[in-house]
Amino acid sequence: MIRALLLALAAPLLLGQAEPRLVPDVSHRDVEIRYSFTGEELLLFGAIVYPDGRPRPGTDVAVVLKGPLEPIVVREKQKVFGIWMNVGRVRFRSAPSFYAVASSRPLTQLIEERTAAIYELGLDNLQLSPGGGAPAEVMRRFEHGYVDAMRRHQLYAEYPRGVEISEGVLYRARISIPARVPVGTYTAETFLIRDGRVIAGAAREIRIEKLGFEGFVAEAAEDWSLAYGVTAVVVSLLLGWAASAFFQRRYG
Amino acid sequence: MDIYLPIAGLSVNVLVIVGLGGLVGLLTGMVGVGGGFLTTPILIFYGIPPAVAVASATTQITGTSISGVLAHRRRRGVDMRMGAVIIAGGVAGSIAGGFLFRLLQNMGQIDTVISMLYVILLGSIGIMMAKEAATALDIISPSRRQAEKPARRHNPLIAALPMRWRFYRSGLYISPLAPLGLGFVSGLLTVLLGIGGGFIMVPAMIYLLGMSAQVVVGTSLLQIVFVTAATTLVHATTTRSVDIVLAGLLLLGSVIGAQYGARFAQKMKPELLRMILAIVVLGVALRMALQLGWRPEEIYTVQML
Repeated sequence: MIRALLLALAAPLLLGQAEPRLVPDVSHRDVEIRYSFTGEELLLFGAIVYPDGRPRPGTDVAVVLKGPLEPIVVREKQKVFGIWMNVGRVRFRSAPSFYAVASSRPLTQLIEERTAAIYELGLDNLQLSPGGGAPAEVMRRFEHGYVDAMRRHQLYAEYPRGVEISEGVLYRARISIPARVPVGTYTAETFLIRDGRVIAGAAREIRIEKLGFEGFVAEAAEDWSLAYGVTAVVVSLLLGWAASAFFQRRYG
Repeated sequence: MDIYLPIAGLSVNVLVIVGLGGLVGLLTGMVGVGGGFLTTPILIFYGIPPAVAVASATTQITGTSISGVLAHRRRRGVDMRMGAVIIAGGVAGSIAGGFLFRLLQNMGQIDTVISMLYVILLGSIGIMMAKEAATALDIISPSRRQAEKPARRHNPLIAALPMRWRFYRSGLYISPLAPLGLGFVSGLLTVLLGIGGGFIMVPAMIYLLGMSAQVVVGTSLLQIVFVTAATTLVHATTTRSVDIVLAGLLLLGSVIGAQYGARFAQKMKPELLRMILAIVVLGVALRMALQLGWRPEEIYTVQML
């Protein structure tokens, strides 16, 4: 759906005769979370194809990697009787579970604010769709706090000079994914920007999934929770019993 | 050596987790407490989500306690009848605790409640233990009032309860409602805090119920095995935060640590052991209290719906 929307947004731009086109790719179409997963570095790269074959200077590239949208609750701690506890809360209906943007120059130098908001370029321009009727400034405070918390967990990131363009035609960006990345279908969007406008866009999908034993465990805990619980108890009892039996035989 | 925990959703160092399990196991074997009160806070400090830490620590305790029960059973140190009553209360408590946990989680207060309960429980028990151990080690002299007070077998409140049963092994003729209630409380605490509750149950059995000392530890361990097993099931089906990989790694360390701890304990003065435990308990309580009062690094927290 996101892809279709993006294509619709980009369609009029692509029709323009003299405008360049993007051919994007990623280093991994699938990121597999296995037992030794400690994070991954994705390479997002591609080519800018100019109709006349001659690259024009002043063209910039921004790459966005976005995780699935989730409804979330953000809570704010305040000091109550000397204890820090959660007091305020705001719901957001669609917060990306992962968001990283890399650009060839800092985004504020590249693009005007309105355009940035339309394409959700930059951490200040995410459309989180807050629910409830809190005043705008409170919403902004919570949004800020949320983005900040996600940055600390390395789930949100900005790389202001993270895109390298060589010879005006090839671009590449590295985006790192931490171990605690949520699973799902991600979109990697590439935007070609000139004179503060987006002149071309293209998207690729990336799947991040738990596979093998880890995938099986996560699925079992969710779908067969009772059997999973019983297994956990049995494993625990067996280990305890085995250790005591082993040591008894060995040392009496 | 890093390993990915499928439920916690992050990578941890295997040696740190196994080592933590070993340390807790050593303490379990030496002093006979479950050690959940240490595992859960340390896991939380290490960055494991609190719900996962609590649930997985519970699973680990089942494993560490079973070998203790078997050993006490051989020495006829378990009152099965008393155990059954306490377990009935404990299972009910853990189911009620499951609902309470969910409710607090939705209200966003679970972390604060966990920390506060830890501070209160560990603080008061730590002070009591430190005092008692210091007296036994002749560091402080017993208070005059305590020395003169006549030993009282039964708490008057418990003696007033209706419907009395005979518990032969414990040498008691009391109402089953008292151990039932005690079990309920320990079940609640097991779900909320990820502790077996031994360090609350053992004093309560001795001082409140007046059980004979030979069966206290064995019966408490029996209760812990069943209540933590029930709690694992409650967590698995309600909060879905039991991480079997995390629990397995902890167990690997703790079952081995417990065996060495038990051997080690025979060579040390029991008062000294209790003093060490008291210091550890107070340390954890202090750390938790500071955490509640200090401005946290994360003012904003995120919960997925």
